[in-house]
Amino acid sequence: MAQFLLPKNSVVKKGKTFAAPAGAQKTRAFRVYRYDPDSGDNPRTDTYEVDTAQCGPMVLDALIKIKNETDSTLTFRRSCREGICGSCAMNIDGVNTLACTMPIADVAGTVKVYPLPHLPVVKDLVGDLGDFYAQYAAIKPWLQTRTPPPPDRERLQSREDRAKLDGLYECIMCACCSTACPSYWWNSDRYLGPAALLAARRWIADSRDEAGGERLDDLEDPFRLYRCHTIMNCTKTCPKGLNPAQAIAEIKKDIAARRS
Amino acid sequence: MNLRTPLSRVTGRGSAKTGAGHWWGQRLSALALVPLGLWFAASVVCLAGASHGRFVEWISAPWSALLMILFIAVTAHHAQLGVQVVIEDYVHREWLKVASILAMKFTVVLTAAAAVWAVLRMAL
Repeated sequence: MAQFLLPKNSVVKKGKTFAAPAGAQKTRAFRVYRYDPDSGDNPRTDTYEVDTAQCGPMVLDALIKIKNETDSTLTFRRSCREGICGSCAMNIDGVNTLACTMPIADVAGTVKVYPLPHLPVVKDLVGDLGDFYAQYAAIKPWLQTRTPPPPDRERLQSREDRAKLDGLYECIMCACCSTACPSYWWNSDRYLGPAALLAARRWIADSRDEAGGERLDDLEDPFRLYRCHTIMNCTKTCPKGLNPAQAIAEIKKDIAARRS
Repeated sequence: MNLRTPLSRVTGRGSAKTGAGHWWGQRLSALALVPLGLWFAASVVCLAGASHGRFVEWISAPWSALLMILFIAVTAHHAQLGVQVVIEDYVHREWLKVASILAMKFTVVLTAAAAVWAVLRMAL
Protein backbone atom coordinates (compact mmCIF):
# COMPACT_ATOMS: atom_id res chain seq x y z
CA MET A 1 0.00 0.00 0.00
CA ALA A 2 0.94 3.62 -0.36
CA GLN A 3 2.74 4.71 2.81
CA PHE A 4 0.69 7.24 4.76
CA LEU A 5 2.60 7.19 8.06
CA LEU A 6 6.27 7.76 8.71
CA PRO A 7 8.27 4.64 9.60
CA LYS A 8 9.41 4.58 13.24
CA ASN A 9 12.96 5.67 12.49
CA SER A 10 11.68 8.67 10.52
CA VAL A 11 9.38 10.12 13.20
CA VAL A 12 10.52 13.68 13.84
CA LYS A 13 11.59 14.45 17.42
CA LYS A 14 11.97 17.81 19.11
CA GLY A 15 15.54 19.09 18.89
CA LYS A 16 17.64 21.88 20.36
CA THR A 17 16.89 25.59 20.53
CA PHE A 18 19.58 28.13 19.71
CA ALA A 19 18.68 31.47 21.33
CA ALA A 20 19.21 34.78 19.55
CA PRO A 21 22.43 36.63 20.44
CA ALA A 22 22.19 39.29 23.13
CA GLY A 23 21.08 42.64 21.77
CA ALA A 24 19.09 41.16 18.87
CA GLN A 25 16.58 43.69 17.51
CA LYS A 26 14.14 41.77 15.30
CA THR A 27 14.16 38.12 16.29
CA ARG A 28 12.47 35.49 14.16
CA ALA A 29 12.39 31.78 15.00
CA PHE A 30 13.29 29.19 12.32
CA ARG A 31 12.29 25.61 12.99
CA VAL A 32 14.49 23.47 10.76
CA TYR A 33 14.34 19.75 9.99
CA ARG A 34 17.60 18.01 10.88
CA TYR A 35 18.65 14.50 9.97
CA ASP A 36 22.09 12.97 10.09
CA PRO A 37 22.19 9.43 8.65
CA ASP A 38 25.54 8.72 10.34
CA SER A 39 24.23 9.35 13.86
CA GLY A 40 21.56 6.63 13.76
CA ASP A 41 19.19 9.05 15.54
CA ASN A 42 15.68 9.95 14.41
CA PRO A 43 15.22 13.24 12.56
CA ARG A 44 14.58 16.25 14.79
CA THR A 45 13.60 19.89 14.41
CA ASP A 46 16.04 22.44 15.77
CA THR A 47 14.88 25.99 16.46
CA TYR A 48 17.17 28.87 15.62
CA GLU A 49 16.41 32.41 16.70
CA VAL A 50 17.78 34.80 14.11
CA ASP A 51 18.15 38.56 14.33
CA THR A 52 16.54 39.52 11.03
CA ALA A 53 17.77 43.10 11.44
CA GLN A 54 21.26 41.71 10.74
CA CYS A 55 20.20 39.39 7.94
CA GLY A 56 19.12 39.54 4.28
CA PRO A 57 15.39 39.44 3.47
CA MET A 58 15.03 35.88 2.17
CA VAL A 59 14.76 32.56 3.99
CA LEU A 60 18.01 31.46 2.32
CA ASP A 61 19.77 34.49 3.84
CA ALA A 62 18.67 33.32 7.28
CA LEU A 63 19.80 29.73 6.62
CA ILE A 64 23.22 30.96 5.45
CA LYS A 65 23.45 33.19 8.53
CA ILE A 66 22.60 30.22 10.76
CA LYS A 67 25.24 28.07 9.06
CA ASN A 68 27.88 30.81 9.22
CA GLU A 69 27.27 32.04 12.74
CA THR A 70 25.30 29.51 14.78
CA ASP A 71 25.50 25.92 13.56
CA SER A 72 27.92 24.95 10.81
CA THR A 73 26.51 21.40 10.71
CA LEU A 74 23.25 22.59 9.09
CA THR A 75 23.26 21.15 5.55
CA PHE A 76 21.41 22.51 2.53
CA ARG A 77 21.96 23.09 -1.19
CA ARG A 78 22.29 26.62 -2.51
CA SER A 79 24.08 28.31 -5.34
CA CYS A 80 22.79 31.29 -7.32
CA ARG A 81 20.62 32.93 -4.60
CA GLU A 82 18.44 34.51 -7.30
CA GLY A 83 15.94 31.82 -8.32
CA ILE A 84 17.65 30.49 -11.43
CA CYS A 85 19.59 27.41 -10.30
CA GLY A 86 16.87 25.62 -8.34
CA SER A 87 19.30 24.28 -5.75
CA CYS A 88 17.65 25.69 -2.62
CA ALA A 89 14.20 24.17 -3.24
CA MET A 90 12.70 23.15 0.10
CA ASN A 91 9.42 23.12 1.99
CA ILE A 92 8.97 26.46 3.74
CA ASP A 93 5.87 27.10 5.85
CA GLY A 94 4.22 24.05 4.28
CA VAL A 95 4.85 25.03 0.65
CA ASN A 96 7.57 23.83 -1.72
CA THR A 97 9.50 26.84 -2.93
CA LEU A 98 12.96 28.33 -3.40
CA ALA A 99 14.48 29.60 -0.15
CA CYS A 100 16.27 32.34 -2.09
CA THR A 101 13.10 33.94 -3.46
CA MET A 102 10.90 33.39 -0.38
CA PRO A 103 10.82 36.53 1.79
CA ILE A 104 10.97 35.87 5.52
CA ALA A 105 8.38 38.65 5.91
CA ASP A 106 5.83 36.58 3.95
CA VAL A 107 5.79 33.90 6.65
CA ALA A 108 3.71 34.45 9.78
CA GLY A 109 5.14 33.22 13.10
CA THR A 110 7.85 30.56 13.27
CA VAL A 111 9.40 29.83 9.88
CA LYS A 112 9.14 26.06 9.40
CA VAL A 113 11.77 24.67 7.03
CA TYR A 114 11.70 21.06 5.83
CA PRO A 115 13.25 19.19 2.91
CA LEU A 116 11.12 18.61 -0.20
CA PRO A 117 8.43 16.04 0.72
CA HIS A 118 8.61 12.33 0.00
CA LEU A 119 12.23 12.18 -1.12
CA PRO A 120 14.80 10.02 0.66
CA VAL A 121 16.69 12.51 2.85
CA VAL A 122 20.46 12.52 2.38
CA LYS A 123 21.07 14.97 5.21
CA ASP A 124 19.03 17.79 6.79
CA LEU A 125 17.42 19.74 3.91
CA VAL A 126 19.10 17.75 1.14
CA GLY A 127 16.85 15.24 -0.62
CA ASP A 128 17.99 12.51 -3.01
CA LEU A 129 17.07 13.69 -6.52
CA GLY A 130 18.65 10.75 -8.37
CA ASP A 131 15.36 9.31 -9.67
CA PHE A 132 14.03 12.80 -10.41
CA TYR A 133 16.97 13.51 -12.72
CA ALA A 134 16.63 10.04 -14.28
CA GLN A 135 12.99 10.85 -15.09
CA TYR A 136 14.21 13.99 -16.83
CA ALA A 137 16.81 11.98 -18.78
CA ALA A 138 14.12 9.42 -19.69
CA ILE A 139 12.11 11.97 -21.70
CA LYS A 140 15.20 12.65 -23.86
CA PRO A 141 15.41 16.40 -23.27
CA TRP A 142 17.26 17.27 -26.45
CA LEU A 143 16.39 18.11 -30.06
CA GLN A 144 15.85 14.95 -32.11
CA THR A 145 15.93 15.25 -35.88
CA ARG A 146 16.43 13.16 -39.00
CA THR A 147 16.85 16.09 -41.36
CA PRO A 148 20.51 17.13 -41.31
CA PRO A 149 21.09 20.72 -40.20
CA PRO A 150 21.57 23.29 -42.99
CA PRO A 151 25.29 23.52 -43.74
CA ASP A 152 25.45 27.30 -43.55
CA ARG A 153 23.18 28.23 -40.67
CA GLU A 154 21.32 27.03 -37.60
CA ARG A 155 17.88 25.36 -37.74
CA LEU A 156 15.36 28.14 -38.20
CA GLN A 157 12.24 28.70 -36.12
CA SER A 158 9.55 31.30 -36.69
CA ARG A 159 8.76 33.81 -33.96
CA GLU A 160 5.29 32.25 -33.57
CA ASP A 161 6.76 28.78 -33.12
CA ARG A 162 9.35 30.08 -30.68
CA ALA A 163 6.54 31.68 -28.68
CA LYS A 164 4.99 28.23 -28.18
CA LEU A 165 7.95 27.34 -25.95
CA ASP A 166 7.25 30.20 -23.55
CA GLY A 167 6.07 28.88 -20.22
CA LEU A 168 7.88 25.59 -20.90
CA TYR A 169 11.56 26.37 -21.40
CA GLU A 170 11.88 28.36 -18.17
CA CYS A 171 11.77 25.31 -15.90
CA ILE A 172 14.84 25.16 -13.64
CA MET A 173 14.27 21.55 -12.47
CA CYS A 174 14.04 22.52 -8.80
CA ALA A 175 11.63 19.58 -8.14
CA CYS A 176 9.13 21.72 -6.19
CA CYS A 177 6.26 20.58 -8.45
CA SER A 178 6.97 16.85 -8.58
CA THR A 179 7.50 16.58 -4.84
CA ALA A 180 4.25 18.52 -4.21
CA CYS A 181 2.21 16.00 -6.24
CA PRO A 182 0.40 13.26 -4.25
CA SER A 183 0.36 11.06 -7.33
CA TYR A 184 4.15 11.39 -7.49
CA TRP A 185 4.40 10.61 -3.76
CA TRP A 186 2.56 7.31 -4.19
CA ASN A 187 3.90 6.26 -7.59
CA SER A 188 7.16 8.06 -8.35
CA ASP A 189 8.67 4.71 -9.38
CA ARG A 190 6.44 4.69 -12.47
CA TYR A 191 4.87 8.16 -12.82
CA LEU A 192 7.24 10.62 -14.49
CA GLY A 193 5.96 13.58 -12.48
CA PRO A 194 5.06 17.14 -13.53
CA ALA A 195 8.64 18.41 -14.00
CA ALA A 196 9.65 15.68 -16.46
CA LEU A 197 6.31 15.93 -18.28
CA LEU A 198 6.63 19.73 -18.60
CA ALA A 199 10.07 19.15 -20.10
CA ALA A 200 8.62 16.49 -22.44
CA ARG A 201 5.98 18.97 -23.59
CA ARG A 202 8.71 21.55 -24.25
CA TRP A 203 10.27 19.21 -26.87
CA ILE A 204 6.92 18.02 -28.31
CA ALA A 205 5.99 21.69 -28.83
CA ASP A 206 9.31 22.53 -30.50
CA SER A 207 8.76 23.09 -34.25
CA ARG A 208 12.34 21.92 -35.02
CA ASP A 209 11.92 18.54 -33.30
CA GLU A 210 11.17 15.53 -35.52
CA ALA A 211 10.45 12.91 -32.86
CA GLY A 212 7.04 14.11 -31.66
CA GLY A 213 5.33 10.79 -32.41
CA GLU A 214 7.98 8.72 -30.65
CA ARG A 215 7.88 11.09 -27.69
CA LEU A 216 4.09 10.66 -27.39
CA ASP A 217 4.47 6.87 -27.80
CA ASP A 218 6.92 6.82 -24.90
CA LEU A 219 4.57 8.86 -22.71
CA GLU A 220 1.30 7.05 -23.45
CA ASP A 221 1.24 4.81 -20.42
CA PRO A 222 -1.23 4.42 -17.54
CA PHE A 223 1.52 5.35 -15.07
CA ARG A 224 4.09 7.50 -16.89
CA LEU A 225 1.50 10.10 -17.98
CA TYR A 226 -1.99 9.17 -16.85
CA ARG A 227 -1.15 9.07 -13.12
CA CYS A 228 -1.69 12.83 -13.36
CA HIS A 229 -5.13 13.35 -11.85
CA THR A 230 -5.12 17.13 -12.37
CA ILE A 231 -4.60 17.80 -8.67
CA MET A 232 -2.83 21.06 -9.67
CA ASN A 233 -0.42 21.19 -6.70
CA CYS A 234 2.37 21.46 -9.29
CA THR A 235 1.03 24.67 -10.77
CA LYS A 236 0.15 26.11 -7.37
CA THR A 237 3.62 25.57 -5.96
CA CYS A 238 5.89 26.36 -8.96
CA PRO A 239 8.25 29.13 -7.80
CA LYS A 240 8.79 30.19 -11.42
CA GLY A 241 5.05 30.64 -12.05
CA LEU A 242 4.92 27.89 -14.69
CA ASN A 243 1.94 25.63 -15.34
CA PRO A 244 2.98 21.95 -15.49
CA ALA A 245 -0.66 20.83 -15.15
CA GLN A 246 -1.51 22.59 -18.41
CA ALA A 247 1.53 21.11 -20.14
CA ILE A 248 0.38 17.62 -19.07
CA ALA A 249 -3.16 18.36 -20.30
CA GLU A 250 -1.68 19.42 -23.66
CA ILE A 251 0.18 16.09 -23.92
CA LYS A 252 -3.07 14.22 -23.16
CA LYS A 253 -4.84 16.33 -25.81
CA ASP A 254 -2.10 15.54 -28.37
CA ILE A 255 -2.48 11.82 -27.72
CA ALA A 256 -6.28 12.05 -27.94
CA ALA A 257 -6.02 14.10 -31.15
CA ARG A 258 -3.97 11.49 -33.01
CA ARG A 259 -6.56 8.78 -32.27
CA SER A 260 -9.35 10.23 -34.38
CA MET B 1 21.60 -4.93 -2.92
CA ASN B 2 20.07 -3.10 -5.88
CA LEU B 3 22.72 -1.92 -8.30
CA ARG B 4 20.32 -0.87 -11.05
CA THR B 5 20.92 2.68 -12.21
CA PRO B 6 18.20 5.29 -11.62
CA LEU B 7 17.60 5.49 -15.39
CA SER B 8 17.15 1.71 -15.57
CA ARG B 9 14.63 1.88 -12.72
CA VAL B 10 12.74 4.80 -14.26
CA THR B 11 12.54 3.39 -17.79
CA GLY B 12 11.56 -0.01 -16.34
CA ARG B 13 9.41 -2.08 -18.67
CA GLY B 14 9.00 0.83 -21.09
CA SER B 15 5.79 2.48 -22.18
CA ALA B 16 2.60 0.42 -22.28
CA LYS B 17 1.52 2.58 -25.27
CA THR B 18 -2.00 2.53 -23.89
CA GLY B 19 -3.98 4.51 -21.35
CA ALA B 20 -5.54 7.09 -23.66
CA GLY B 21 -8.64 4.91 -24.14
CA HIS B 22 -9.10 4.56 -20.40
CA TRP B 23 -8.62 8.29 -19.85
CA TRP B 24 -10.98 9.27 -22.68
CA GLY B 25 -13.57 6.66 -21.62
CA GLN B 26 -13.64 8.14 -18.14
CA ARG B 27 -14.28 11.65 -19.50
CA LEU B 28 -16.84 10.50 -22.05
CA SER B 29 -18.82 8.46 -19.50
CA ALA B 30 -18.70 11.41 -17.08
CA LEU B 31 -20.14 13.62 -19.82
CA ALA B 32 -22.90 11.10 -20.57
CA LEU B 33 -23.72 10.87 -16.88
CA VAL B 34 -24.58 14.58 -16.67
CA PRO B 35 -27.93 14.28 -18.57
CA LEU B 36 -28.49 10.70 -17.42
CA GLY B 37 -27.84 11.62 -13.77
CA LEU B 38 -30.16 14.64 -13.99
CA TRP B 39 -32.87 12.48 -15.56
CA PHE B 40 -32.40 9.83 -12.85
CA ALA B 41 -32.54 12.38 -10.02
CA ALA B 42 -35.65 14.03 -11.50
CA SER B 43 -37.32 10.62 -11.87
CA VAL B 44 -36.56 9.69 -8.26
CA VAL B 45 -38.05 12.99 -7.07
CA CYS B 46 -41.16 12.55 -9.22
CA LEU B 47 -41.67 8.98 -8.07
CA ALA B 48 -41.09 9.61 -4.37
CA GLY B 49 -43.85 7.88 -2.43
CA ALA B 50 -45.30 6.24 -5.54
CA SER B 51 -46.91 2.81 -5.21
CA HIS B 52 -45.28 -0.32 -6.64
CA GLY B 53 -47.88 -0.45 -9.37
CA ARG B 54 -47.22 3.16 -10.38
CA PHE B 55 -43.46 2.50 -10.46
CA VAL B 56 -43.85 -0.62 -12.66
CA GLU B 57 -46.09 1.36 -14.97
CA TRP B 58 -43.43 4.11 -15.19
CA ILE B 59 -40.50 1.77 -15.86
CA SER B 60 -42.55 -0.12 -18.50
CA ALA B 61 -42.57 2.98 -20.69
CA PRO B 62 -39.92 2.45 -23.41
CA TRP B 63 -38.02 5.68 -22.73
CA SER B 64 -37.89 5.05 -18.97
CA ALA B 65 -36.56 1.50 -19.40
CA LEU B 66 -34.07 2.53 -22.08
CA LEU B 67 -32.70 5.49 -20.12
CA MET B 68 -32.57 3.43 -16.92
CA ILE B 69 -30.53 0.68 -18.63
CA LEU B 70 -28.21 3.32 -20.14
CA PHE B 71 -27.86 4.97 -16.74
CA ILE B 72 -26.92 1.64 -15.15
CA ALA B 73 -24.47 0.69 -17.91
CA VAL B 74 -22.72 4.07 -18.06
CA THR B 75 -22.52 4.35 -14.26
CA ALA B 76 -21.01 0.87 -14.02
CA HIS B 77 -18.49 1.60 -16.79
CA HIS B 78 -17.51 4.93 -15.22
CA ALA B 79 -17.24 3.36 -11.76
CA GLN B 80 -14.98 0.50 -12.84
CA LEU B 81 -12.69 2.90 -14.73
CA GLY B 82 -12.48 5.23 -11.74
CA VAL B 83 -12.04 2.62 -9.02
CA GLN B 84 -9.33 0.90 -11.08
CA VAL B 85 -7.32 4.14 -11.00
CA VAL B 86 -7.81 4.44 -7.23
CA ILE B 87 -6.60 0.86 -6.70
CA GLU B 88 -3.59 1.41 -8.98
CA ASP B 89 -2.79 4.60 -7.06
CA TYR B 90 -2.75 3.09 -3.60
CA VAL B 91 -2.26 -0.68 -3.79
CA HIS B 92 1.35 -1.47 -4.65
CA ARG B 93 1.66 -5.18 -3.89
CA GLU B 94 1.35 -6.62 -7.40
CA TRP B 95 -0.80 -9.69 -6.61
CA LEU B 96 -3.11 -7.70 -4.34
CA LYS B 97 -3.49 -4.97 -6.95
CA VAL B 98 -4.43 -7.43 -9.70
CA ALA B 99 -6.76 -9.38 -7.37
CA SER B 100 -8.45 -6.16 -6.19
CA ILE B 101 -9.00 -4.91 -9.73
CA LEU B 102 -10.41 -8.28 -10.85
CA ALA B 103 -12.72 -8.55 -7.82
CA MET B 104 -13.88 -4.96 -8.33
CA LYS B 105 -14.63 -5.48 -12.05
CA PHE B 106 -16.50 -8.74 -11.42
CA THR B 107 -18.56 -7.05 -8.70
CA VAL B 108 -19.41 -4.08 -10.92
CA VAL B 109 -20.44 -6.30 -13.86
CA LEU B 110 -22.52 -8.56 -11.60
CA THR B 111 -24.27 -5.60 -9.98
CA ALA B 112 -24.93 -3.90 -13.30
CA ALA B 113 -26.20 -7.11 -14.89
CA ALA B 114 -28.55 -7.73 -11.95
CA ALA B 115 -29.85 -4.16 -12.18
CA VAL B 116 -30.44 -4.42 -15.95
CA TRP B 117 -32.19 -7.78 -15.48
CA ALA B 118 -34.45 -6.21 -12.83
CA VAL B 119 -35.37 -3.37 -15.18
CA LEU B 120 -36.12 -5.75 -18.06
CA ARG B 121 -38.20 -8.01 -15.82
CA MET B 122 -40.39 -5.10 -14.79
CA ALA B 123 -40.50 -3.43 -18.17
CA LEU B 124 -41.17 -6.42 -20.44
